[in-house]
Amino acid sequence: MKKVPLSKALGRYSRRALLCATAALSASVMLATAAYAAPKTAAVNTTGLAVTDDEVTVGILHSVTGTMAISETGSVQAEKLAIEQINAMGGVLGRKIKYIQEDGASDWPTFAEKSKKLLVNDNVAAVFGCWTSASRKAVLPVFEQYNGMLYYPTFYEGLEQSPNVIYTGQEATQQILAGIDWVVKEKGAKSFFLLGSDYIWPRTSNKIARKHIEKKGLKVVGEEYYPLGHTQFNSVINKIKLKKPDVIYGIVVGGSNVAFYKQLKAAGIDLTKEKPLLLTISVTEDEIRGIGGENIEGAYAAMKYFQSLDNPNNKAFVKAFKAKYGEDIVIGDVTQAAYLGPWLWKAAVEKAGSFDIDKVREASPGIELTTAPEGYVRIHENHHLWSKTRVGHAKKDGQYDVVYETKELMEPDPFPKGYQ
Amino acid sequence: MFSDYSTAELVSIFAMQGFAGLILFSVFVLMALGLAIIFGQMGVINMAHGEFMILGAYVTYLISNLFSEYMPALFGIYFFIAMIAAFFTAGALGAFVEWAMIRHLYKRPLDTLLATWGLSLIMQQLYRTVFGAREVGVSLPDWLMGSIPMTDTIDIPINGLFVMGLTIVISVSVYLLMFKSRWGGQVRAVVQNRPMAGAVGINTEKSDRMTFALGCAIAGVAGSAFTMIGSTGPTAGQLYIVDTFLVVVFGGAQSLLGTIASAFTISQAQSTMEFFLSGSMAKVLTLLVVVGILMLRPQGLFALKIRH
Repeated sequence: MKKVPLSKALGRYSRRALLCATAALSASVMLATAAYAAPKTAAVNTTGLAVTDDEVTVGILHSVTGTMAISETGSVQAEKLAIEQINAMGGVLGRKIKYIQEDGASDWPTFAEKSKKLLVNDNVAAVFGCWTSASRKAVLPVFEQYNGMLYYPTFYEGLEQSPNVIYTGQEATQQILAGIDWVVKEKGAKSFFLLGSDYIWPRTSNKIARKHIEKKGLKVVGEEYYPLGHTQFNSVINKIKLKKPDVIYGIVVGGSNVAFYKQLKAAGIDLTKEKPLLLTISVTEDEIRGIGGENIEGAYAAMKYFQSLDNPNNKAFVKAFKAKYGEDIVIGDVTQAAYLGPWLWKAAVEKAGSFDIDKVREASPGIELTTAPEGYVRIHENHHLWSKTRVGHAKKDGQYDVVYETKELMEPDPFPKGYQ
Repeated sequence: MFSDYSTAELVSIFAMQGFAGLILFSVFVLMALGLAIIFGQMGVINMAHGEFMILGAYVTYLISNLFSEYMPALFGIYFFIAMIAAFFTAGALGAFVEWAMIRHLYKRPLDTLLATWGLSLIMQQLYRTVFGAREVGVSLPDWLMGSIPMTDTIDIPINGLFVMGLTIVISVSVYLLMFKSRWGGQVRAVVQNRPMAGAVGINTEKSDRMTFALGCAIAGVAGSAFTMIGSTGPTAGQLYIVDTFLVVVFGGAQSLLGTIASAFTISQAQSTMEFFLSGSMAKVLTLLVVVGILMLRPQGLFALKIRH
């Protein structure tokens, strides 16, 4: 089936209508376009999803209250922006996207309950949501039991692959390996100090990092974990000073970051001197707002997206985002990954010619987005994205300068051999 | 655990960790002093203590913005003004809360736990509405940022020194206020025997309101100071509340001296253990030791001798 976005079709025909200036012609053309752009509901929805002749309903499931609201706000904003833009182009299969937003409230059982509500009561055609691994693990059985489709935006530890989830962020190897390779090759790093918050993502990531470092014959001189929300890092900073690593590999998360970088600076470690150099995979532009650019200036981050990326897609994205949410807003890695969700879903639905979950899933591998702000992405057979990894250099103004990017797209490898 | 290090290294480790412990100690005292006044003197379990701290932090944030916008030349001294503003803002809100809510609950101390818990949720949501869900960055004047190098490995953070100085000033002021002023005498009389204090003509209601306000005001100053080392977000106050209660209960709720002694013990133990064990492990061990000691001595390290 040929797909013409509704707005384009309308535009073409309404211009002609204006030229002819005959109301009758215009009316008949309008009817014709409506019938043309929107295939019959019975044909595109055989499983009772919430699809009508002119609307399709999806779910947005993030925490807007509780401790995770800080992080998940950006994802919600990005998903709403994508939906708005898709609607402005005429929607998906001629249907406008309507969303139902639910609040996971930073509480994993609530996430499971709300996802069941979205799938069973609301029959949504797709869900964009979750942030922490804990929330994803909580909703996973629900999505598998009721056959839903989840677009999950956060970079995460890997070791997972579900037919009901498309992972639009990076799995661990996509961030970690390229970052470490870069710092070894470009900066001649030989010893590493691993530091993280104490839960599954930092611990798994550091395990992969340690394996990779040791495989290269280099040394890990320390590995430390602090409880989530910890605000006193003086002791570990002292230890870092004593061990004199070339690289502090810091993957502290959330508010703890603020304390960590402020205390690092106060303890006389100047990151701009790169001795030691700091490499992180957990500090996006969002976190820098809280940390303060002057405290993190000089640090390096390995991510797939930075707000400062210089390409036309990203410029348009940043412009649209700021137009909708204000000039002061910053856009982090996960926000961009969340923005990809609705677009990837739209592309898969249009390729499948149907909203049915099974057909969308079947159509998903190989879906590509040439318009992604990060450049270009493609869905792998394993439901993760092929994407590039970049290294950013933190500046005082809270933005990253992109100093390196992988030449090729990195293949997602959620179950890396020898790294588990 | 010691064998990985040479003797010279061990000396410098203990020096550095001792100092890190002192900073942690100051932080604990600042966190706990306000709570100790309210909890120890009035028996009110103030679960919103953390949110009063964050109020101080947000006031500091606003004032730092104000200065960098309109008076950049005076940015170096904004911090002092911010602390004073935080003191009065949190104190005023504390007096209001006491009047609107707490005074109705003095006969039901456990209910204050629920009421102030509710208050903390309301305050968090207000912060989220006003300042947004994300953390805000408070920039510091330059003179507060760097460190003083002592040896190769020992650098003394200036903001750590500042927090220590502030702790001393506040502790001494509270001591003078509680034990040398007429008002402090009244407060202590009310604590020890409320009906009798009322009978001798002390306005117990007023004393309660001022005590609660003072506790909240100190929390505000603490929050202001913590913008130098911690994060400022709607829920950041929650991070402090467990540690704060730990310090106060361990010290013996009614004794300010106990609070200080307990803060010192916990901070030094934790700081030293953090170096040789992992961070999470140090926290677990600290908690275990505190629980163990509290089992042997339920009234805490120091306790007032009061005839009930």
